[in-house]
Amino acid sequence: MALVNVKTKEVKVKIVYYGPGRGGKTTNLEYINNTYRNQIKSEMVSLKTQDDRTLFFDFLPFDIGRIKGFKVIIQLYTVPGQVKYNATRRLVLKGVDGIVFVADIQKFQRKRNIESLNQLYENLKTHNLDLFELPLVMQYNKVDLANKGEDVIPTKILQQDLNSVLRVPAFEASALGGGNVMKTLKKIISMTLASIQDQLF
Amino acid sequence: MFNQEQLNAIDTIIKSHLIDSGVENVIYIDLAGNSITQHDNGNSTLDYMAFAALAAGNFAAVDAMAKLIGESEFSLLFHKGEKSSIHFSKVTEDTILITMFPKTISLGIVRLKVAKVVTEINEICSA
Ligand SMILES: Nc1nc2c(ncn2[C@@H]2O[C@H](COP(=O)(O)OP(=O)(O)O)[C@@H](O)[C@H]2O)c(=O)[nH]1
Ligand SMILES: [Mg+2]
Repeated sequence: MALVNVKTKEVKVKIVYYGPGRGGKTTNLEYINNTYRNQIKSEMVSLKTQDDRTLFFDFLPFDIGRIKGFKVIIQLYTVPGQVKYNATRRLVLKGVDGIVFVADIQKFQRKRNIESLNQLYENLKTHNLDLFELPLVMQYNKVDLANKGEDVIPTKILQQDLNSVLRVPAFEASALGGGNVMKTLKKIISMTLASIQDQLF
Repeated sequence: MFNQEQLNAIDTIIKSHLIDSGVENVIYIDLAGNSITQHDNGNSTLDYMAFAALAAGNFAAVDAMAKLIGESEFSLLFHKGEKSSIHFSKVTEDTILITMFPKTISLGIVRLKVAKVVTEINEICSA
């Protein structure tokens, strides 16, 4: 649940990028951090392993102006994608307000995407949260690989695998070059803010 | 969620018990990593938001470790540095208080003052 501070007139919103390891979650945050560096006051924090994999989380906070007199601070997190880190993934989901699910469209990742989404559902349940009620955006990442002749999963299949029941907004993206990174971000921010509107009086 | 009076009272408690005793920084956060309020002795350049996110992660990780070995929680969480140290204390079910203090102040004093702050904040919450 978003933290509303009536004294400082601030709202802090937590958005988590979730998905299988190597899908491009950290790359999304790095792109946002590099593109908006001069508008972001805090440093991006990344807790990584020695081989540059996310160990705990990445963290990137920034302001997006005022709504109903409240200063809105968006705090982006990523989870560690590796299978063995599920306990840490669950910790990062604590207090989440909105989720971007970053799927990897490479063919050999098809099963991992589905497993990761199922695990997200289970992990949220441990916090008494329901994936079907949270703001959620799908991102099908690495579309650039299709042009390079790599074996990728067609968007239609991804929609069937991941989004046929949830039916949330979905974007094809190429986080490495920034393609649709901001579109994904704007969508999840607007959905999340809409969902917490009634917490602001 | 705290109302305005509660937040004012919490600020007063933190200032009078901790900042006025020579503590460098105090951050009161929720377990999701949001800072609720922060205070310093006037010469701090700490990045509070990053600190709060890391502190919540650290606390949550240690808490999860405690559960794994069958402890309900570790009552003392403390990191000692060359010049300053950091003390963590659970305040309510989902908030923690983090105190940074110089080596001129003893851990014993900090624990005593933090215990007072914890009691008083809990009184405010239940009032
Ligand atoms: N070709 C391509 N590679 C990408 C894209 N996004 C991320 N990657 C690469 O995929 C790898 C894993 O990305 P990372 O952001 O660390 O994944 P995470 O585990 O989900 O955080 C890195 O080598 C990235 O450079 C993309 O849009 N296209
Ligand atoms: Mg990562």
